[in-house]
Amino acid sequence: MWNWIQRFSSPKYFYSMSAVLIPWFAVGALLVGLYGLYLGLFVAPTDYQQGESYRIIFVHVPAAWMSLFIYMVMAVSSGIGLIWQIRLADMVAAASAPIGASFAFLALVTGMLWGKPMWGAYWVWDARLTSELILLFLYLGYMALQSAIEDQRSADKASGLLAIVGVVNIPIIHYSVEWWNTLHQGATVTKFDKPSIDIDMLIPLLLMAVAFKLFYAAVVLVRTRNEALYRDRNRRWVRELIAQL
Amino acid sequence: MNWSEFFHMGGYAFFVWTSYALTLIIVVANIISPIRQRKKVISRIKRAIKREQLQQSNE
Repeated sequence: MWNWIQRFSSPKYFYSMSAVLIPWFAVGALLVGLYGLYLGLFVAPTDYQQGESYRIIFVHVPAAWMSLFIYMVMAVSSGIGLIWQIRLADMVAAASAPIGASFAFLALVTGMLWGKPMWGAYWVWDARLTSELILLFLYLGYMALQSAIEDQRSADKASGLLAIVGVVNIPIIHYSVEWWNTLHQGATVTKFDKPSIDIDMLIPLLLMAVAFKLFYAAVVLVRTRNEALYRDRNRRWVRELIAQL
Repeated sequence: MNWSEFFHMGGYAFFVWTSYALTLIIVVANIISPIRQRKKVISRIKRAIKREQLQQSNE
C-alpha cells in the first residue's frame, strides 16, 4: 500500500498523468461556464426584490465557494505533506494558494459591487465580509511564507502550519450569517432545507459553480506541474525532460 | 427583451457588468500566469544546465 502511494504520488508520475487531464478540465470548464452564463444572463427571471442586480450572484457565489473549497484543498494537502512527507501534496498546496487568493479577491470585489446598490455601501465591517477578508490575508500569508523561506522543506512546514491553523476561519465564514447580525443575506443553497431560491436561478448558479471547479482543476494541475519541475530541477527526470524540450 | 435593455440591466449596468468584467480578468490572469510561470521555470533550468556544462568543460 505504502509503495503504491509513493509511486503514484511521485512528481514524475504526476507530471505525465496530469498532461492527459488538463485539456478535459479546461474544455469542460469552458462549455459548462458558457451554458451557465447563458442561463444566468438570458433565461433566469428578474428578482422581485433586487431586480437585475442579483445577476451578480452567478459570479459572486461561485467565487466565494471556490475561495473556501481551495482553502480546504490547501489545508488538507498541507496536512498530508506535514504528516506523511508526500512532496506532491506540498506542491498542490503551494499551487493552490494564488488561485484561491484570486477567487477570494473576486468574491470580495463582486460582493462590494453588489452591496453598493443593495445596502448603500461598498463595504461594511460585518462578520461575513470581515471573515472573507481574513481568508484573503491567510492566502497572502501562505504565499509570503512560501517565497520568504529559502529552504523548501522549511517553507512547506511553516506555510503548511499557517494553512492548517487558518482552517478555523472556514466555519466562521460559513456560519457568520447565522451567528451574528449581518447585512449579508443568509444561505439560500447550502442548507438542509429545500433551497430557498428559484429553480431557474439555482441551475445556472450550480452550473457556474461546477465550471469554476473544473477551471480550478485545470489551473492547479498546470501550476503543480510547474512546482514539480522547479522543485525537482536537479533530479534526473526533469533534466531528461528539459533536454527534450 | 432587446439588447439595449439587456445591457441596461434594469439600471444596475455598472455593478453587474463590472462584476462580470472583473471575473473575466481573474479568469484570464489565472490562465496566463501559470503559462508564464512554466516558461520561466523551464528557461531557468536550461540556464542552470548550460552553466554546469561550462563549468565541467573548464575543469
